[in-house]
Amino acid sequence: MSVIAARAGEASATAGASPVLHRARRRRIPITPYLFLAPGFVVFLALIIYPTLRAFQMSLYDWKIVANASSTFLGLDNYIKAFHDPHFYTSLVNSAVYMLCTVPPQIVIGLVIASLLQSHAPARPLFRVLYYLPVVTSWVVVSLLFTYLFADDGLVNYALSDVLHLTDQVSWLSNRWTAMAAICALGVWKGIGWSMMIFIAALQGVPKDLVEAATADGAGRWQRFKAVTLPAIWPSGVFVTVMLVIGGLNVFTSVYLMTGGGPAGQTDVLLTYMYSLAFDDLNFGYGSAIAMLLTVCVFLLSLAQLRLFSARAEAAAR
Amino acid sequence: MSTITAAPPPPTTVRPPVAARRPPNPLAALRLVVLVVGALIMITPFAYMVATSFKAQAYVLTYPPQFIPRPATLANYQQALSSEDFPRYFLNSMLVAVAATAISLLLSSMMAYAFARFRFPGRELLFRIVLLGLMVPAMMLIIPQFVLAKYLHLIDSLAGLVVFYVAGSLALNTFLLRSFFAGIPAELDQAMEVDGAGAWSRYWRLILPLSRPALATATIFTFLACWDEFPWALTLINTPSKRTLPMAIDLFHGQNATQWGLVFAASTIAVIPVLVVFLVFQRHFVQGLATGAVKG
Repeated sequence: MSVIAARAGEASATAGASPVLHRARRRRIPITPYLFLAPGFVVFLALIIYPTLRAFQMSLYDWKIVANASSTFLGLDNYIKAFHDPHFYTSLVNSAVYMLCTVPPQIVIGLVIASLLQSHAPARPLFRVLYYLPVVTSWVVVSLLFTYLFADDGLVNYALSDVLHLTDQVSWLSNRWTAMAAICALGVWKGIGWSMMIFIAALQGVPKDLVEAATADGAGRWQRFKAVTLPAIWPSGVFVTVMLVIGGLNVFTSVYLMTGGGPAGQTDVLLTYMYSLAFDDLNFGYGSAIAMLLTVCVFLLSLAQLRLFSARAEAAAR
Repeated sequence: MSTITAAPPPPTTVRPPVAARRPPNPLAALRLVVLVVGALIMITPFAYMVATSFKAQAYVLTYPPQFIPRPATLANYQQALSSEDFPRYFLNSMLVAVAATAISLLLSSMMAYAFARFRFPGRELLFRIVLLGLMVPAMMLIIPQFVLAKYLHLIDSLAGLVVFYVAGSLALNTFLLRSFFAGIPAELDQAMEVDGAGAWSRYWRLILPLSRPALATATIFTFLACWDEFPWALTLINTPSKRTLPMAIDLFHGQNATQWGLVFAASTIAVIPVLVVFLVFQRHFVQGLATGAVKG
């Protein structure tokens, strides 16, 4: 993510979009930009960057929250502990499953809906709002809503067993994998509108003359999509994928409210596990270590995705 | 897509005559069906939620589930609005969200302006540090931020919420606004400069007014994030009277584990400002998304 954005930053900088202050023979450094930067940057440094460094520091200690208590330096012990912790692996697997089960559907369905909402679709603005509604609604509200929907006597069971006659009633939130299914359903339902919006904007940027040329050359729908549309929306697709993966691995509220990580920590994801370690067990050091491991995972994954997708984009452009 | 348009793109009803005369074809019908089915899937949970908010407690978990409450009752809303300081929680959330959004937009637009319009030593480095903030998951910082808040005596205070919400939104807003600002033609700045306008004037009277789509997008994002934020509020706030709405809704769920009608009445009330903000700003929203995300 930072690589794309950094390149974008450099590109626009060197493209001459920013005017250099024209005063004759300037040698002294302008103070104005720093004045504009200062208020926000100070807040940012103090409340985001500093805690980031502290999180790393805390992970190296058996951190005591009580003032004046001394924390024991543990070095990498917390990290080693994580690798021997079955609960850690459970939450790691759950996080990965959630991410793998929610990201592809959001991308595909979002893209499908976005393309359906291109030209000539009736009531476009209305559909856009309706699909985006779950996105802007609070995680707290929708998590409780889905808890209600997936309750033993809830709408989902009713629909599945009495209306569609597919299966008997399932106690969704009491077992690990059915609960994960419910949580993933929520994740997909809530996120489709977001990727849809991004793809709508991206599809509007597809060069129409290329599409017409392809049609004139006799290319079918799918070929047109592959040859013209896909390359044009590729950067947005990469953006969506990276953001969704980051979001998916960082899921917290829905799991916390739907299952509390239960039963017995079986639906814990990495962040709910971290939270319970810190605020239930008061084990801040170990919790921070888990959080750092997650951050490293997210960072490496994002980097890998950017590498992989940029390479493909270059190959496709050839 | 680096166009700066003064008005949003024309509505889709304006179309060349040729296309409007196309005979209805089965593909278009299929598309409509798919869209409608999808929209229903998006909406049904909400409809069900609102319907349930009008159910008396006894009917909340009837089987088969009722879509139309019979009998319908306003008791849940009455109870939500009059009980347990619910209006107070609403106010708390409103204060925090409005304050945090305003401050965040001010600070991040100033930073974006500096990054977009000036060259100065350390610019790339400082921008990359801002981007680092985008990469770091907010939840990971809860622990050290809690410790920091303790040190700053911000525990259990709404100001503590505002301060950290601002900090958390700076990275994304700066990133969004910077890419938008960079697309505004430099000639406009230069013209103002020739007329003697200083940096602040150019910022306030030129860049900001031209950036409505991006500012609207940033406003929506930030307001929603603050309004809905749960983990940090849960961690920071202890005093009941200082709770925010998400906490209150969660409490309705916890204390009264089966009073779903009440929970959903509270939730429906909580969703209204979100809808208002979204509908008010949504004209600018897609355009803002386009420039921010597609370019970025």
